[in-house]
Amino acid sequence: MSDTPLLKVKDISKFYGSRIGCRDVSFDLWPGEVLAIVGESGSGKTTLLNCISTRLLPTTGSVEYHMRDETYRELFRMNEAERRFLMRTDWGFVHQNPADGLRMTVSAGANVGERLMAIGNRHYGNIRATAVDWLERVEIDADRIDDQPRAFSGGMRQRLQIARNLVTGPRLVFMDEPTGGLDVSVQARLLDLVRGLVNDLGLSAIIVTHDLAVARLLSHRMMVMKDGYVIEHGLTDRVLDDPREPYTQLLVSSILQV
Amino acid sequence: MTDLATYNFAYLDEQTKRMIRRAILKAIAIPGYQVPFASREMPMPYGWGTGGVQLTAAIIGPDDVLKVIDQGADDTTNAVSIRAFFQKVANVAVTTRTEEATIIQTRHRIPETKLGPNQVLVYQVPIPEPLRYLEPRETETRKMHALEEYGLMHVKLYEDIARNGRIATTYAYPVKVAGRYVMDPSPTPKFDNPKMHLSDALQLFGAGREKRIYAVPPYTDVVSLDFEDHPFEVQRFDKPCALCGAEQVYLDEVILDDKGGRMFVCSDTDFCEDRRAHGHVGPMLAPNGLAPNGLAPNQEAAE
Repeated sequence: MSDTPLLKVKDISKFYGSRIGCRDVSFDLWPGEVLAIVGESGSGKTTLLNCISTRLLPTTGSVEYHMRDETYRELFRMNEAERRFLMRTDWGFVHQNPADGLRMTVSAGANVGERLMAIGNRHYGNIRATAVDWLERVEIDADRIDDQPRAFSGGMRQRLQIARNLVTGPRLVFMDEPTGGLDVSVQARLLDLVRGLVNDLGLSAIIVTHDLAVARLLSHRMMVMKDGYVIEHGLTDRVLDDPREPYTQLLVSSILQV
Repeated sequence: MTDLATYNFAYLDEQTKRMIRRAILKAIAIPGYQVPFASREMPMPYGWGTGGVQLTAAIIGPDDVLKVIDQGADDTTNAVSIRAFFQKVANVAVTTRTEEATIIQTRHRIPETKLGPNQVLVYQVPIPEPLRYLEPRETETRKMHALEEYGLMHVKLYEDIARNGRIATTYAYPVKVAGRYVMDPSPTPKFDNPKMHLSDALQLFGAGREKRIYAVPPYTDVVSLDFEDHPFEVQRFDKPCALCGAEQVYLDEVILDDKGGRMFVCSDTDFCEDRRAHGHVGPMLAPNGLAPNGLAPNQEAAE
């Protein structure tokens, strides 16, 4: 790991009128690190993720990103063109519902190739070869390349969404409940795949989940949120094995043991 | 001019023309950019060319000579009605001959005869937004135009090749104007796309229902989008025009009977008639001995 953080989040707060979305969240994310944000629903996890990924404008605070040219840029001071370019090249965003992140009416190949075409790739053969390669990496048969995502199962859609995001070689991926709505065996396969990809590509990731097992498997560090505040923050194993806050203890002890 | 007492010249009032002219000037200044304008109710239904009619009404003067075509033909309903409309409300000279016209209002074709610098081509546009079917949100497509995010346009072409093995889009084929804006050239066949490139004539596009005006100034780059390994190509026809024998022109298929009989003729009727008047004869006329105007088929051997 290098000695400069990839992302510096300072005092992010988001208010919905007088209601709190999230409050005074600060952390650094390091290159190659996977951070999990856990908490019950309504605790502000997704609000925080949307603020960091510039999908929402936070009420206060700043997010600085370490660009490829080794400078830090404040995301909310960039212009929209730069921000959108960053989002579709150096970042990825995996939605909970694949239909939000995919174009359901175009083929799997075009879904994977869209980002390539957006950054100026104009060779059909190369785009298609890259799409085949990525479909294989996410364990989708290459002969499904011309099928529309609506013909795919939930797990396949989610893997396609991941492939679509990773095709430009991003350095930071945001995931919002990536395993939500999948059955347990498909979840396990997806987690295995994501873990492999994150390791191989040296990705940094911020994963929002309510599932502590997902956090345990994927993340190095985790933050526990409640009512918009980060109440506990530490290495995943430490937080799960030795929770300090009463709420975290409750959360950890409420995992079903089968 | 007493007959015109109930109308202002060219139907629209002067303030409306002024508003449209301002939109036209802006459109010319930013080639390919869709300029919103306050489209008026016209005495014809949407889809009949209300955008084109408003453009023509805003730019036409008493000395102009107007030609109106619909799918290349001067004698179809849409063309005849619009031509009659301007004869009535502006009392201008009309023509079917491309060379004589100063303003040509068109639906879905560009004339085969090369246009000159003193001519204006006015297109009737049903859907001005090339990204519409890929991204239904207007707010989003405007942002994409503003930020020059046109990757989605190639997604459409990619899908074409993935499904059909080649780019199967044959009309409303997207073009990039002056290296900046992606534009829908209205539903002209892609055969006509190369004619837009570095054209001598000013090209104006009006969408009445969608309330948009855009333009391609003379001598502007108009490049059809494509892939490096699937370059842009225009349609080809196996046979020449059945009536005038023209090749390298856009042909319409005409069904002759219910036994599979068909003929292919020039879609540009003026071009076809002009050629026949000059003695060119196509395969369907040749066996009958005499071509129109009394020229025998062998007399056109000069070609």
